[in-house]
Amino acid sequence: MPPARNMRPVAKPKDLKGTIRRMFSYVGKDRYKLIAVLVCIAVSAVISALGTYMLKDIIDSYIRPLIGQDSPDFSGLAYILSVLALMYLTSAAATYINNRLTMKISTGTMNRIRKELFDHMQSLPLSFFDSHTHGELMSRFTNDTDTLREFLSQSLPQTVSSVITLTSTLVGMLRLSWLLTIILFALLPINLVVISAIGKRSGRYFAAQQKAVGEVNGYIEEMMAGQRVVKVFNHEEKAQQEFDERNERLREAGTQANTLASILMPIMANLGNIQYVIIAIIGAALLTHSNLIASVGSLVAFMQFARNFSMPITQLSQQFNTILLAMAGAERVFEIMDLPPETDEGYVQLVNAKREPDGSLTESETRTGLWAWKHPHSADGSVTYTELKGDVVFEDVTFGYVPEKTVLHDISLYARPGEKIAFVGSTGAGKTTITNLINRFYEIQGGKIRYDGINIGKIKKDDLRRSLGMVLQDTHLFTGTVRDNIRYGKLDATDEEIERAAKIANADFFIRHLPEGYDTMLTNDGANLSQGQRQLLAIARAAVADPPVLILDEATSSIDTRTEALIEKGMDGLMKGRTVFVIAHRLSTVRNSQAIMVLENGRIIERGDHEALIAQKGRYYQLYTGMFELS
Amino acid sequence: MRKLFRYAGKYKVYLFLAPILIIGEVVMETFIPQLIAQLINMISQAEETAIDMGEMLKLGGLMVLMAFLSLGFGAGSARCASVGAMGFSRNLRRVLFDKVQHFSFKNIDKFSTASLVTRLTTDVNLTQNMLMMLVRMAFRSPVMFIMAFYWAWRLNPSLITILLVAVPILFIGMGTITRLAYPRFRALMTKYDGMNSAVQENLTGIRVVKAFVREAFEKSKFAKTADDLMDAQRRAEKVVILNAPLMQILMNGCIVAVLWLGGKQIAVGSMELGDLTAFITYITQILMSLMMLSFIFVSYVMSKASTARILEVLEEEPDIESPENAKTEVKDGSIVFEHVDFSYTGAEDRAVLKDINVSIRSGETIGLIGATGSGKSSLISLIPRLYDVTAGRVLVGGRDVREYDTAVLRDAVSVVLQKNVLFSGSIKDNLRWGNENATDEEITAACKVAQADDFVRSFPGGYDMDLGQGGVNVSGGQKQRLCIARALLKSPKVMILDDATSAVDTATDARIREALRTQMPDTTKIIIAQRITSVKDADRIIVLDEGRITDIGTHEELMQRSEIYKDVYQSQQKGGDE
Repeated sequence: MPPARNMRPVAKPKDLKGTIRRMFSYVGKDRYKLIAVLVCIAVSAVISALGTYMLKDIIDSYIRPLIGQDSPDFSGLAYILSVLALMYLTSAAATYINNRLTMKISTGTMNRIRKELFDHMQSLPLSFFDSHTHGELMSRFTNDTDTLREFLSQSLPQTVSSVITLTSTLVGMLRLSWLLTIILFALLPINLVVISAIGKRSGRYFAAQQKAVGEVNGYIEEMMAGQRVVKVFNHEEKAQQEFDERNERLREAGTQANTLASILMPIMANLGNIQYVIIAIIGAALLTHSNLIASVGSLVAFMQFARNFSMPITQLSQQFNTILLAMAGAERVFEIMDLPPETDEGYVQLVNAKREPDGSLTESETRTGLWAWKHPHSADGSVTYTELKGDVVFEDVTFGYVPEKTVLHDISLYARPGEKIAFVGSTGAGKTTITNLINRFYEIQGGKIRYDGINIGKIKKDDLRRSLGMVLQDTHLFTGTVRDNIRYGKLDATDEEIERAAKIANADFFIRHLPEGYDTMLTNDGANLSQGQRQLLAIARAAVADPPVLILDEATSSIDTRTEALIEKGMDGLMKGRTVFVIAHRLSTVRNSQAIMVLENGRIIERGDHEALIAQKGRYYQLYTGMFELS
Repeated sequence: MRKLFRYAGKYKVYLFLAPILIIGEVVMETFIPQLIAQLINMISQAEETAIDMGEMLKLGGLMVLMAFLSLGFGAGSARCASVGAMGFSRNLRRVLFDKVQHFSFKNIDKFSTASLVTRLTTDVNLTQNMLMMLVRMAFRSPVMFIMAFYWAWRLNPSLITILLVAVPILFIGMGTITRLAYPRFRALMTKYDGMNSAVQENLTGIRVVKAFVREAFEKSKFAKTADDLMDAQRRAEKVVILNAPLMQILMNGCIVAVLWLGGKQIAVGSMELGDLTAFITYITQILMSLMMLSFIFVSYVMSKASTARILEVLEEEPDIESPENAKTEVKDGSIVFEHVDFSYTGAEDRAVLKDINVSIRSGETIGLIGATGSGKSSLISLIPRLYDVTAGRVLVGGRDVREYDTAVLRDAVSVVLQKNVLFSGSIKDNLRWGNENATDEEITAACKVAQADDFVRSFPGGYDMDLGQGGVNVSGGQKQRLCIARALLKSPKVMILDDATSAVDTATDARIREALRTQMPDTTKIIIAQRITSVKDADRIIVLDEGRITDIGTHEELMQRSEIYKDVYQSQQKGGDE
């Protein structure tokens, strides 16, 4: 039981009305169910108030008159109680229908929101993922949508029910005695003052607790991740000491926050009791000394109302915070949904092609191993086909991840089909950035990139990326079997194709030695594999895609040089006649490239093949002879 | 939960006090309707006899007093429960953290880092909340039940029969709901985790997703996860929502029954009106307390998973511990492997190292070379006893490593791990991990050997620069050199570098090795590397292949006779300058 969630500090929503309206748009076709829910809630609330009100009649007209009679006739009492029982049954039925519908609406709405959020996130540019931590985005799917669900399934019905109960109780009370009602209202401010005083203080304490929790959790995470180092350095005691300090702070903050949260209930209940006594005494006085109260039944019924009156008020005040909390969460979700997706004005498509006897290219239904760019011309409505060769040209390309900081300056380069182009340079020199521009993970700010003569801005992003096989610096594997992971490169790949790709990547051997071979489950980003093995799988994944152009970004950094040489041979066979970009720290990886670009601070400072660069005696030479360090 | 309770320590007092105070609160709470009944009884006679206002005020005063007492008890128990539960969770986190500090690498391998973190955070939290509820509610409900039953009985024993009908229905109903709901909620939790990991995985792999244009594939994958979650949620809630109408029917049914039977009794004069309303209150209290009890039971069962996960950690035996009468001095840096077999699981057929025999003299420099997965890191992790051998023995300083106090052994054997970790804090703080009492001069000296002094001085703040979590403010090569300096500060007898200079350029690498040779001539140095140049000038080089030593010798010797070594050498020289 999380201690009073509505007492947590509230981040206020910016546009409450708009957010609520938008939230209801996701209720969508369940809108009619929602109306039914409201009706059901109203029925239950009114019946419950009516039941209390009927107490007066039951006492005054059906029980008290019978007192002292010799042979009392209970048929009247039986009748009114049957009516009451029937009403309560109806109310229970209404509650059930309400709960059932609410459940459908809330789970359905959440499902729609989650899916839309996920779908939209897939369409966002990479820069979005760079600027948000995973934890932050995860909590959109969990915490924020959960508070929303709570809003739909609890806060909303309870608020409606509280309001209706409050009104009908009020009506009932007024009808019984307006004077007592006024007196009761005079006592109400005490409740409100107490609620808001406690609410404010506990808000502060909960914020302090939240902070302490963050510190303890952060320390735990850091120390668990570095536990091996802790042991190697016999640092256990020191770590324990530091942990104890943080832990103690959490205890102090937590004790204060929780005390306040759990103290509210006894306070409110007993305030209610005291108010009840006051009403009873005043009521009794009025009953005997005036005719402002009609009967004993009226007073008893009124006292019953008074007992129940403070509950909806407490509830409403608590709901208010929950609603603010939920709407703040909803705003965070909608904020992401409102972000503009990755733009794509491309219209040039990648198609399988076949060569006609006359040498021209036409589109083919089946995979031919020959690809073409399908280029429609809006001017005359004609379509031309350009063979995909892997000819990449950069013309004075300038780029920065943020406008203020340029990462690449005036990069010009050309890669001819069948060439192996390598980039070397320090971390941060801009090697990875160049490849990120070719596949349009990011948009260039100046200059032009042409792919087979076509400005890449005109090519549809999906087709552009499909034409480029990539093995990324951070290998990432998905939960699933080894086979599934390789198949990620080509969803309809046969088992033979997968094994062939694994052989090219030199992964076949180790895969066969896994407990279940190709069917071994990988979990947790392939945590059960070594970094080198993960890289081999990533290479196999790219190999099965059989791409026209391949980009290897530090793809073999954790693989020993002997295995690397074997992979290189396999990949050379696969990529014969196609373009390959290689980024590596290790010079042995790039040595046999046709063109090596040495990057420094976002500029190409040297280019040429290995021999030419060595002869040049420049930076590459220094690197090669170990006179200069790459960081 | 019972097993965990002993960790409450001095907070046990509060945890006992809280329920006692609760009893006080409940006694007051159940006494108040009694007073109300008397009030109403007085009022109901108002038409015949004038109300004695003095008597009434006395009654009212008593009631206000009770309300204040009840409030006092309630607030007191809330305070005690908070102090107790928070203190308990503090102690629990403490023993857990302490336990993990005593874990061996093998123990850590068994639990993943992520799972240890959840156990120390989420699971402890859930247990703490459970305990808080337990001390407040678990006593409240039975006491409430007994007291309300007692008063109801005193008021009118004949009406108690209503409960004989209601309570069994309540138990059967709630029991059925609970039994049906529990497995469904477990299933729901799994689905929830499933969605979490689906999103997590997509986020970490987003570049792969985009590079392979698999957005549509990912969307359909997620849609299935989300739908699964929704279905599970509906299945679980479908059962739980029966609770409210069931309670309504029972509660209101009892009220109607009390009105009927009680009304009849009032008519014949065997019951008073006030008693009737009091009776209704007591019946409500009884049913509520029973419902609460079943709710507690459900939460208790649900929290069991967490307590079990916590106990798993606490009951895990650290499998490497210092022996009794442990040796507290390591004589020198000599190392001997005698017929060593090793496997992480203990299973013979998955052995990582097979029959390793080698003897290393103190002060020698040893290179270790082999393919990915050949067992290099496993081999060196046996020297500081990060793992225990499966067969054979490892000797350091002429003694089996299992005879030493582990702290002493690890002080003498310094390892720079492949996966380097720096912690948040300043550079100096991090370096002092090696030796807490190191002077500034010693720190500078170690950094000079590790070729780190120059770049550290170039930082704003120099040795006092903050590294940020995980050492994010320095480059890979710089991080490696800091880690070497940190290990050097231990002034070890054996120094092991596990691929520790992979991001350092060859010239600096050579300078580090040169400095190690001249500054620490008596320290045994073991260097694992992928670059031949890093091991070329070692006294001897060990070639490891699939868990076996295939050759040992100098660079020149190996170039003549070891095929593997030659292969590695050539793969790094191809197209080179020869």
